[in-house]
Amino acid sequence: MAWQWFHRLGSPRWFYERTGVWLPWLALASLVLLTVGSVWGLGFAPQDAKQGNSYRIIYIHVPAAFLALAGYYIMAISGAIGLIWKMKLSFAVMRAAAPIGAVLTFVALFTGAIWGKPTWGTYWVWDARITSMLILLFLYIGVIALARAFSREQVADKACALLALVGTVNIPIIYKSVDWWFTLHQPATIKLTQSSSIDPSMFYPLLTMIVGFYCLYTWTLIAHTRTLVLQREWRTQWVQQELAEGNRGGD
Amino acid sequence: METKVEFQFASLADFLAMDGHGIYVWIAYGVTAAALIALAVYPSLRRRQLQRELQRQQRIQQRRQQVESDRIKTAEPA
Repeated sequence: MAWQWFHRLGSPRWFYERTGVWLPWLALASLVLLTVGSVWGLGFAPQDAKQGNSYRIIYIHVPAAFLALAGYYIMAISGAIGLIWKMKLSFAVMRAAAPIGAVLTFVALFTGAIWGKPTWGTYWVWDARITSMLILLFLYIGVIALARAFSREQVADKACALLALVGTVNIPIIYKSVDWWFTLHQPATIKLTQSSSIDPSMFYPLLTMIVGFYCLYTWTLIAHTRTLVLQREWRTQWVQQELAEGNRGGD
Repeated sequence: METKVEFQFASLADFLAMDGHGIYVWIAYGVTAAALIALAVYPSLRRRQLQRELQRQQRIQQRRQQVESDRIKTAEPA
């Protein structure tokens, strides 16, 4: 009995039926938080004493980088769960996490490059943090490409999970890169164990954006997983019914 | 230690210019917004694609059944 929830969780249909009602709330929360956070960060947070207004990019750069890393954990862990317990849904989550993670890593790198120009005078340097983030992007793209290289879904799932697990080596390197090699990228602004090096007037909008990005991540991960479930369970009657209902309006 | 939250720019033009950093800030925010919107919109586009694919397959199947039943009908009288 105790394990029943675990088996249910592995059922794509159960997941699909359960999560449908969460989506509009997650979408609303992300929209509100990201709008408030952006307006706050762009117009109302004070200027940075050293960097002027270019620092306002922090309000998207840091949350995107956070989620790019957290998203990798999610991809690797769901890959591992899929390998160990042969859970179909877990592999679907892993596959859904790859493109989302790739987009967020791209956003982190792109906003960082744009921020670098007025701050460091260059768009790109082969700094440890930046290089390890670029490797993260390649890992995400690698998982996407590997998934497409196999015609059999089950083989693709296993291969992607293995690649994702091997790639986790990169994660601690990214975290520690600013401390191990003190090159160009500035050290972490927010620390869990010590007090942060950021003023509250700048921290609250940043926190709003981070929570907003987490909501957006949860929302898009669930939504992408749902369409993957539809695609993978295509032959089943419940999926055909679900898609036919959408055709008659509704949804 | 009271921190006042107020608009930091004197005018809209100031806000857009951001002391010369405007171009960087707005490009960064614009590209991010486009990327996030793409992430949010993709699942419903994909769902619609799957629906069209299902309709197409159902139509093919119906036509096949139709042809089959016509064949049986024309074959029967003999």
